[in-house]
Amino acid sequence: MTDATFVHGHGDPYHLHGGRPQEGPASKRIVTGYGFWIFLLSDIVMFSCFFAAYAVLQGQTAGGPKGSELFDLKSVAAETAFLLLSSFTCGLAMIAADVRSLRWYQIGMAVTCLFGLGFLALEGREFADLVGRGAGPTRSAFLSAFFTLVGCHGMHVSAGILWLLTMMAQVFAKGFRADIMRRLLCFALFWHALDIIWVAIFSVVYLFGSAA
Amino acid sequence: MSDQHLHHPIDLAPGDEEEVRVGPRLVGYFTGFGLAVLLTATSFFVAGTHLVWQPSIPVALVVLAIAQMGVHLVFFIHITTDPDNTNNILALAFGLLIVFLVVGGSLWIMSNLNQNMPMPSMDQLMQMQR
Repeated sequence: MTDATFVHGHGDPYHLHGGRPQEGPASKRIVTGYGFWIFLLSDIVMFSCFFAAYAVLQGQTAGGPKGSELFDLKSVAAETAFLLLSSFTCGLAMIAADVRSLRWYQIGMAVTCLFGLGFLALEGREFADLVGRGAGPTRSAFLSAFFTLVGCHGMHVSAGILWLLTMMAQVFAKGFRADIMRRLLCFALFWHALDIIWVAIFSVVYLFGSAA
Repeated sequence: MSDQHLHHPIDLAPGDEEEVRVGPRLVGYFTGFGLAVLLTATSFFVAGTHLVWQPSIPVALVVLAIAQMGVHLVFFIHITTDPDNTNNILALAFGLLIVFLVVGGSLWIMSNLNQNMPMPSMDQLMQMQR
């Protein structure tokens, strides 16, 4: 081991590979996870554009209602709790998958799905309420930016729930195969990243909006 | 391909953990969840309270949000400072650079424009048309 690292250190003066004894291409799991991580970062960059648009247009209400008159912080707190809990249960389901416990995996994913659906239901109710009060996306530039940003996140959650159900079915039908485990890794990353974006949304959009 | 890589703490993908033991991983998720709940509750409390100096609230909200994102990255996505995690961190750093350029740059330019070219109010616009 020490010999190997020593020899290895010669060709790699900056120890870019962490001085690990084994060489060779990274496993498929590493490459897949890394690739999906890069996709997620590009997704976050896309969201940052919507955030920039929202921040710039926040004051352009065109005489319409401001955020502080529209937002219901109790509903937002419930949405936040649902999404945070679903992120947590998703992590528990991944642990169950790693120890190959089919029952706990399916239970964890089902609970995650329910919390995600609860989030979507609350958000749908909020949007319907806003449109019903004449504060739809066509009312002002502020509301256009608001619906684009929050709606885009909602679309991501919807897509995530479809992916979640697919993963439940795939594990049910095919078991914990290596390729299925790679997909699970990607799904968990996606779901946790959605929660990170929601943190930015509830801070920047709702709490800023109702405080200002 | 191979399941054996799961049990080798050689190289880590984001979302990976070094061990398959359940106990420490559960502790990790519970810690992360507890911290996230604490930070979220603080954010909502700060936004609604009159107990703190009002101009400090936006800064406090930003700091709390960034802290919570950090908690999610560490405890849920498992970004670590391991040498094996260098690639993931570099990608994350580049992503953050772009995010700050886009958001900060937009805000900067637009506030500059607003200051140098104030939008005329509706009344002024009407007068201009006459």
